[in-house]
Amino acid sequence: MEDNKYFDLEIISPERVFFEGKAHFLELTTSEGEMGIYKNHIPMTTVLVPCVVTIHMEEGEKLAAVHAGFVLILQDKITIMAEVAEWPEEIDVNRANEAKLRAERRLKSGGDDVNVHRAELALKRSLVRLQATKKI
Amino acid sequence: MASMRDIQRRKASVQSTGQITKAMKLVSTVKLQKSRNRAENTKPYFENMYETVTSVLARSGNIRHRFLKQVEGRKKAVIVITSNRGLAGGYNSNIVKMITGNEELKADDVLLYTVGRKGKDSLTRKGYTVKKDYSDAVEEPIYRDAMDISRDVLEAYESGEIGEIYIAYTVFKNTVSHIPTLKKLLPVSLDFELNNEDKKIPMNYEPDEEEVLDVIIPKYISSLIFGALIESVASENGARMAAMDSATSNAEEMIADLSLKYNRARQSSITQELTEIIAGSEAIG
Repeated sequence: MEDNKYFDLEIISPERVFFEGKAHFLELTTSEGEMGIYKNHIPMTTVLVPCVVTIHMEEGEKLAAVHAGFVLILQDKITIMAEVAEWPEEIDVNRANEAKLRAERRLKSGGDDVNVHRAELALKRSLVRLQATKKI
Repeated sequence: MASMRDIQRRKASVQSTGQITKAMKLVSTVKLQKSRNRAENTKPYFENMYETVTSVLARSGNIRHRFLKQVEGRKKAVIVITSNRGLAGGYNSNIVKMITGNEELKADDVLLYTVGRKGKDSLTRKGYTVKKDYSDAVEEPIYRDAMDISRDVLEAYESGEIGEIYIAYTVFKNTVSHIPTLKKLLPVSLDFELNNEDKKIPMNYEPDEEEVLDVIIPKYISSLIFGALIESVASENGARMAAMDSATSNAEEMIADLSLKYNRARQSSITQELTEIIAGSEAIG
């Protein structure tokens, strides 16, 4: 019966099928807050914010940085449609650090709403990247 | 009959053209392979996206969303995907003809968003207005390009500048068959078949249907544009490969023909020389 707690997980980005496999627990952040999903969750479609997705598998945990997308949750299958998805080892820490500093500087200097919004998004993305690399 | 030197010169010129077309064919074969692989890699995303959007819309039958409303009397936006370079047979002109030949898409109520210089140039000559050009994206489209295009058209849609969005691109069916296609992106049409399975599972939306649609539909549009870009690139290379292949075989045919002519001319000049010598020696003897 041990096997039964596993559900199928697919993470798909426009360029490739990012991840495909079985997992028993999944952590992610939606626009409503952090969320943990086990098998047999009620069917749900929800919007992702840039976040670190934690995949709990038999072999251990796996982290991925996901920026923008949405999740389709069915009882035995979860599909994450991500516009950008990266493994921690694919992330350039120096670049993410730089992006973070740049975004912070832009936020400090102010500007019109569009620029502030963009800078906030950039900051969020860089934070997610850094978070994903630090956790290993 | 043309002189031996003329024939030889012509043969040399055909030969060098043939070499160029042969090299171009090889290049586009390699590029075709690459773009085909990419097209295959991007399919899962696109298919899942389509499934999600149709099932979301189907389940929530009577949603009134701003992306689904039909608004009359506004301009139409057409995203036109062609290539930056020619020598691809009918690839570019087929797309252009499809737009100019369409009664619904008259030059004065259409705004173009062009990807590819060839289509942009010939449609501008025909009197169409180009709102924005993204020709740099054609060589190797990345998802970012599709996001930029969809952001721009959706902004124009929401500001009320345009009421409908179409995309004109070439479907890559297989290596030899590429079909120019015009697809309507917005408003999303609701006339699709629902399979029974979809109706059974009640789906929940968080935060709510409308906000989920707000996020999903722009992504759906970007994914459609991205898919169209990738497929068009594959078609472009396929069309160029086919065009270069036939050009190469034409060149070979011409070379064979010219060699025959050259040999005939050489033979006849030898015969003539001999006749002259014999005639001369007879006159002396």
